[in-house]
Amino acid sequence: MTVQGESADHQWVDDHAGPVVRPYAVTGGRARPVTGTFDLISLVMATRTDVSPEIGLGPEHLAIVGLCQRMQSVAEIAAHLDLPVGTVRVLLGDLVARNLVQIREPQSTLGVPDHSIFEAVINGLRAL
Amino acid sequence: MDYGHSERPPGAVALPTAIKILVAGGFGVGKTTLVGAVSETRPLRTEEVLTESGVGIDDLSGVETKRTTTVAMDFGRITISDDLVLYLFGTPGQDRFWFVWDELALGAIGAVVLADTRRLADCFPSIDYFEGRGTPFLVAVNCFEGARQYRLDEVQAALNLDPEVPVLLCDARQRESAKEVLITMVEHAMKVRDARRRGVE
Repeated sequence: MTVQGESADHQWVDDHAGPVVRPYAVTGGRARPVTGTFDLISLVMATRTDVSPEIGLGPEHLAIVGLCQRMQSVAEIAAHLDLPVGTVRVLLGDLVARNLVQIREPQSTLGVPDHSIFEAVINGLRAL
Repeated sequence: MDYGHSERPPGAVALPTAIKILVAGGFGVGKTTLVGAVSETRPLRTEEVLTESGVGIDDLSGVETKRTTTVAMDFGRITISDDLVLYLFGTPGQDRFWFVWDELALGAIGAVVLADTRRLADCFPSIDYFEGRGTPFLVAVNCFEGARQYRLDEVQAALNLDPEVPVLLCDARQRESAKEVLITMVEHAMKVRDARRRGVE
């Protein structure tokens, strides 16, 4: 199948073709973060308002710092940057190692001694 | 252009914590619709890289209006307070994504299993999963137009549910209905937790 009127370079590079750069390449071939586990709902906030390019940081790292000027969960970062969650985890590990983001691990209701979280959720839902 | 590094004052940012509720059920049952009905943003989608090849294809009989395949997790967010953010995750609607479920179910308050009475068997795997894991859950029957209405006790019997498990009707498109489902689920999770505590003591 060929696309009329487009150069060979652009022929395959559409949304259906998937990402041009494989997710693995974004992380330099690494499958696991250097630090941290990063739950899907771990919350991430940048520690700086601006990061200039430096060695070891790619455009995706900088994009995360930009996105996390407002608090985002790991899942939201993956969705907004259109990257697989596993890739985002590796990138976040790099950023944590450089103190460029702070992370808040999710609340587990198992360790909470009372109903406060449940009641807060119920009240919050009622108020919607 | 380089503006230089500007650091936030240390300790100035206290991040809230996040919690999650799962929305499970068969393919095309309305999971993303329910998430979207209460989420403060339109539902987002994250994808895990799958290393296995897709086994089987989606069975679309009975859900003629749905054309796309959910191969990822759709989720929404509700800011409860300055300290608490609630995430709603629609579980992948196909059995071949069990490995994603384990991660999703870890630490979740509980789960809503959405059911469609035209394809009731589609929610069996979800129910089996949460029963096996001990995750508190309820069954919400999404009332599709054109589907025959069943009584709740008929659904309860057909699903062979523990009598403690709440079963209710809902319209996943309606915010108030979706809210009621979620509130009922959290109340049920509280009861399950209390009962387990009493069992331990």
